[in-house]
Amino acid sequence: MLTVVILFLFFAILLYFLLGGADFGAGIIELFTSDNNKHRTRATMYQAIGPIWEANHMWLIIAVVILFVGFPDIYSNMCTYLHIPLLAMLMGIIARGTAFAFRNYDAIKGERTQALYNNIFVYSSFLTPLFLGIIAGSAISRQIDFAATDFLTAYVYSWFNYFSIAVGLFTVALCGFLAAIYLIGEATDEFDVKRFIKKAKVLNAIAFFCGGLVFLAAETLNIHMAHWIFGNRVSLTAVIAASVSLVLLWITVSRGHKQLPRIFAAFQVSMILLSVGYTHYPNFIMGKNGRNLSVLSDHATAGTIDTLGIALLIGSLFILPALFYLFYSFRGKQSLEDFH
Amino acid sequence: MNDFLAARSQMALSLGFHIIYSCIGMVMPVFMAISHYKYIKTQNPVYKNVTQAWSKGVAIFFATGAVSGTMLSFELGLLWPRFMIHAGPIFGMPFSLEGVAFFIEAIALGFFLYGWNRFNKWFHWATGVMVGVSGILSGILVVSANSWMNSPSGFDYMNGQYLNISPMKAMFNGAWFSEALHMTIAAFSATGFAVAGIHALMIYRKQNVEFHTKAFRIAIVFGAVAAILQPLSGDISAKHAARRQPAKLAAMEAYFHTQTYAPLVIGGIPDTVAKKVNYGVELPGVLSFLVHDNFKQEVKGLDQIPVKDQPNVPVTHYAFQIMVGFGMVMMLIGILYFIAVWKKREWFNKSWFLKLFIYATPLGFIALEAGWTVTEVGRQPWIIQDVMRTADAVTPMPGIQYSFYLFSFVYFTLSLAVIFLLQRQIKMVPEIYDVKK
Repeated sequence: MLTVVILFLFFAILLYFLLGGADFGAGIIELFTSDNNKHRTRATMYQAIGPIWEANHMWLIIAVVILFVGFPDIYSNMCTYLHIPLLAMLMGIIARGTAFAFRNYDAIKGERTQALYNNIFVYSSFLTPLFLGIIAGSAISRQIDFAATDFLTAYVYSWFNYFSIAVGLFTVALCGFLAAIYLIGEATDEFDVKRFIKKAKVLNAIAFFCGGLVFLAAETLNIHMAHWIFGNRVSLTAVIAASVSLVLLWITVSRGHKQLPRIFAAFQVSMILLSVGYTHYPNFIMGKNGRNLSVLSDHATAGTIDTLGIALLIGSLFILPALFYLFYSFRGKQSLEDFH
Repeated sequence: MNDFLAARSQMALSLGFHIIYSCIGMVMPVFMAISHYKYIKTQNPVYKNVTQAWSKGVAIFFATGAVSGTMLSFELGLLWPRFMIHAGPIFGMPFSLEGVAFFIEAIALGFFLYGWNRFNKWFHWATGVMVGVSGILSGILVVSANSWMNSPSGFDYMNGQYLNISPMKAMFNGAWFSEALHMTIAAFSATGFAVAGIHALMIYRKQNVEFHTKAFRIAIVFGAVAAILQPLSGDISAKHAARRQPAKLAAMEAYFHTQTYAPLVIGGIPDTVAKKVNYGVELPGVLSFLVHDNFKQEVKGLDQIPVKDQPNVPVTHYAFQIMVGFGMVMMLIGILYFIAVWKKREWFNKSWFLKLFIYATPLGFIALEAGWTVTEVGRQPWIIQDVMRTADAVTPMPGIQYSFYLFSFVYFTLSLAVIFLLQRQIKMVPEIYDVKK
């Protein structure tokens, strides 16, 4: 049953990264859209994520619940040593979630209030994945010092380093890239399609650049990324698969496909996560002096894991079909103007 | 402000706000579904308007409740990591099920809000009902986790170790039913009165009277029935507290000395030094009767509990008085409503009758916050009753006060924003919905 729980944990993290990430990305794209086109981006985005966006963020709750029920050591230590970036991420989540709801449900669409909601939304769309990336980077950076006694070492240097920040920027770029590819399929006219293709190209380049930064920053902490990624067969295969799917993605985009590029983009990002995740598996947190927390050894007792696994299996029987039907029902470009 | 006090304040603040968002978020979908049902049955467009207007309220509260709930799932670890490292695997079961229920609620809400004219009307209606059902389930599950802290079970605590963990036993701990019942009824009565009060105000101002009357009638029935039932569930809760948490019961009643024919003290100012209550009204034997069903039997007082294991008596006592006092007022208003429905229909046109509901708008939520204070302050100094002290659970990270200031700022701003938005929704009713003035 432990395997089931671990699978659900990684599945929830991956889906949050893909679905929530595309949501964040939509805000990031809005941030870097010229003022003339902002309302077009916003309209496309609202059509694309309006009905599904609350559900997309539930994956984070599922991942957190699995962590604190099944892996309390991992959860508690992350909460202790990564308190500050988690707090920043939470501020981003709350600002973003409420601003998105407020801008749609403010009965009077005043110029200044809408501008305020938009600003809060786009900046928090940038900050939230930045800190998510920082948290993810810190978990494997070997900078968390479980023996630290002074404030800076224990609570600041655990995440404030070049590597974690580079991972944060890389995450932001990937989210933007995912969203651009997703929005190509949602755009309603040629002009927007071209615009989103251009955004996707730029973000692809930025993601490459940030990926390079991660490699360089890793060296400052004496982490050899090349070894992580090319050092074992699974990671190597995943990286090759990611590269191939990137090529296929651009071929399908240039041929005007709508769905295939999304699949390739999701596949590519999943492969990147798999590549890094597999290298460290079963370690979830890698701390200083070789003190690691692993999903295989630092888990709750069998009674808890079994009940959690059963709850997740039963829960997914309800969630997955309903979620699938939600995505299916609101696919494509039907107008959502009926109600608003 | 020291870190422990800051952590407790931040948790109290977060829960204090979250409880409002989530109660409204779980009860309003039920009102919405009733109004939607009436629309489908009668085809009266006013009901459709009421449904859509309420659904926007639900969307706003769901969004705020969802993010504040996300914050809480992290705050448990950010503030109380030493609690979570032990408690997570034991009382996590209701949280994982709540995650599922919450997920389903979010999916159902997506269908409902964006599903007008798109699906079969009964399917669309059913998704609205699902929002309410899964919302109420979420509430019950979360309260079940809280009740475990008050009435821990499902493990053996030996030599500082938590052994033989059974998550199902922890979930169905001794207090889960009484607490979940009390909280659910409280959510209905508080939300019912708050929603009805706002619509009563608009009727009083003679704005869109038909629209607001229909809305008022639906909300107040739930509010009134819940307010009338609540004392019964309160009685069950008090008996549970007497059995499992005598310190909490004694603090609620500011009951210092163990005695037979134990009196019920109404109001008053507890003097913890002299160990007596000044200016209170004493009803001899009534506390014995409420707890043990006879007027004579001895009730355990604060004198039998070590001072270091006692909660803050004045805070718990005042909160309890506020909760019971406002609860009683709401019950009376609820009874008056049904008298009006059955015998005195002319009251509905009297301004004093409407004013009654207008003034009662915040009472339910004040009582609800007071009741929450009784549960949580009354449990202190324990985070897990008789097992782990709150002070031993707090994070080792210093500087929590800044986090508390930040959260205070965020929650106050957020609440102002929600009030601002609701005001604008109400103001725009004549423009958005085609209703007769």
